[in-house]
Amino acid sequence: MDPIIQLKGLTKCYGALKAVDDLSLDIAKGEVFGLLGPNGAGKTTTILMMLGLSEPTAGSAWVSGINATSRPIEVKRKVGYMPDSVFYDSMTAFENLLYLGRLNGLPEPEVRSRAAEMMEVVGLSAHMHQKTATYSRGMKQRLGVADVLIKKPEVIILDEPTLGIDPSGVKEFLHLIKELSVGQGLTVLLSSHHLHHVQQVCDRVGIFVKGKLLAEGSINALSGNLFNKDGYTTAITLGNAPTAAAL
Amino acid sequence: MGNTSDPDHIFLYLKLLTATENSMPPFHVFVSFLGPLLGISLGFDAVNSEKNNGTLIRLMAQPVYRDNLLLSKFVSTLILVSVLFISLVLLMTGGGLLITGVRMEPQELLRIMAFVGISILYVGFWLSLSILLSIGLRQAATSALTAIGIWLFFTVFYQILINLVVRAVLPDPDFLSAEQIAAYNELILTLLRVSPSQLYTDATTTLLMPSVRSLGPVTMEQMAGAIPAPLPFKESLMIVWPQVSGLVASTVVCFALGYYIFMRREIRS
Repeated sequence: MDPIIQLKGLTKCYGALKAVDDLSLDIAKGEVFGLLGPNGAGKTTTILMMLGLSEPTAGSAWVSGINATSRPIEVKRKVGYMPDSVFYDSMTAFENLLYLGRLNGLPEPEVRSRAAEMMEVVGLSAHMHQKTATYSRGMKQRLGVADVLIKKPEVIILDEPTLGIDPSGVKEFLHLIKELSVGQGLTVLLSSHHLHHVQQVCDRVGIFVKGKLLAEGSINALSGNLFNKDGYTTAITLGNAPTAAAL
Repeated sequence: MGNTSDPDHIFLYLKLLTATENSMPPFHVFVSFLGPLLGISLGFDAVNSEKNNGTLIRLMAQPVYRDNLLLSKFVSTLILVSVLFISLVLLMTGGGLLITGVRMEPQELLRIMAFVGISILYVGFWLSLSILLSIGLRQAATSALTAIGIWLFFTVFYQILINLVVRAVLPDPDFLSAEQIAAYNELILTLLRVSPSQLYTDATTTLLMPSVRSLGPVTMEQMAGAIPAPLPFKESLMIVWPQVSGLVASTVVCFALGYYIFMRREIRS
């Protein structure tokens, strides 16, 4: 296994609170990894440390062999991060994409065609020149994916991507993610608190509670580890059969 | 203009920027009042609105340095302000040139350009102050109000405060020698120059009125041999050099402070 994301004993404290507690995790290239945990489990903090946006109290985060804390710019070149999708509302979707493309140093002749191509990939070409303020949540989420892909990343990190989208939208969105991962060989890290969203697409899942990784593995292995394989069985034994008269 | 006893009467275009019929303040006084408001309104929500909208984290996830973000916020606004001032002054002098047809002295052009430069610098100071506040304070409204508060303090209350203190603390001038009065006057002026608007007013008056030869009190001995004539441009510039350095320094201090706060801050939506 060739880990593209490596977390070694990652710890983050806010005062007395340990948001992330000694987290060690390897994610292989081309994998779709789901970080599953309730709100406040430290998922976002972990992601921020991977991008060098937050400094770990102890431990280190490595993305394709680069230390995220000391060389964040190089990491950000390789990683596309999709936070809760917000855009500059006064610009059209296309302009938003152009702006990000330019920030990533795409050459000027390439950036327009690339932005248009990305809109095509996420299926928003028809609404390309609309202001993002008019976009629905699902559309914004898809624009967020285009936004992440425009820099040709090796890894994409999606923070709660399914939040607030309707079930059919979620299905479509996760399908798009899976397609991209398989088609372009992208490594995807997905955080969520919905098990049934995560299990639809993820190769591997890590369960993250109160800053600790409780378990990791494929969905099947996890259910084997955490639960009894056969499910719960309840046995009732009666001492002596009740008589017909008592009934 | 016809008053030949005025040593500045040959500078038509400087007059154009400074002379009024007392119904409204001259241009440079106008700028000293409204320039700060321009700077504040362009900078008060530079960083905290991006943070509150959640776009800051999206920007910071791109391969750009944080200092570039701050620098671009500052420089882009400063370019905007420069364009505004340069075109305003060009319109005024150009209009004068078209109507009167009087030839412009080379020295006048230099003085007007220096005036524009100092005005941009002055707005730049307020801009960097308001960017500093927008980094330090979470809400855009708070940072706007704080910046306006600081502006009001320096334009209105600071003089009042200095006057109060001077009256209460300094001895009665009747019992002082001329030298002591001059020394105290110098001290009061120095205190007043803590305020950036005072620095700006000093600098622009000297540049736009070539006959102003000193910003402090001048003794009778010094005045005795002086001919009321305009100073050369270089001399006027030398007089205002401390003011210009003061403005540059306070701008840089505000910017550096903002930079220091912003560099190591954790950004999350």
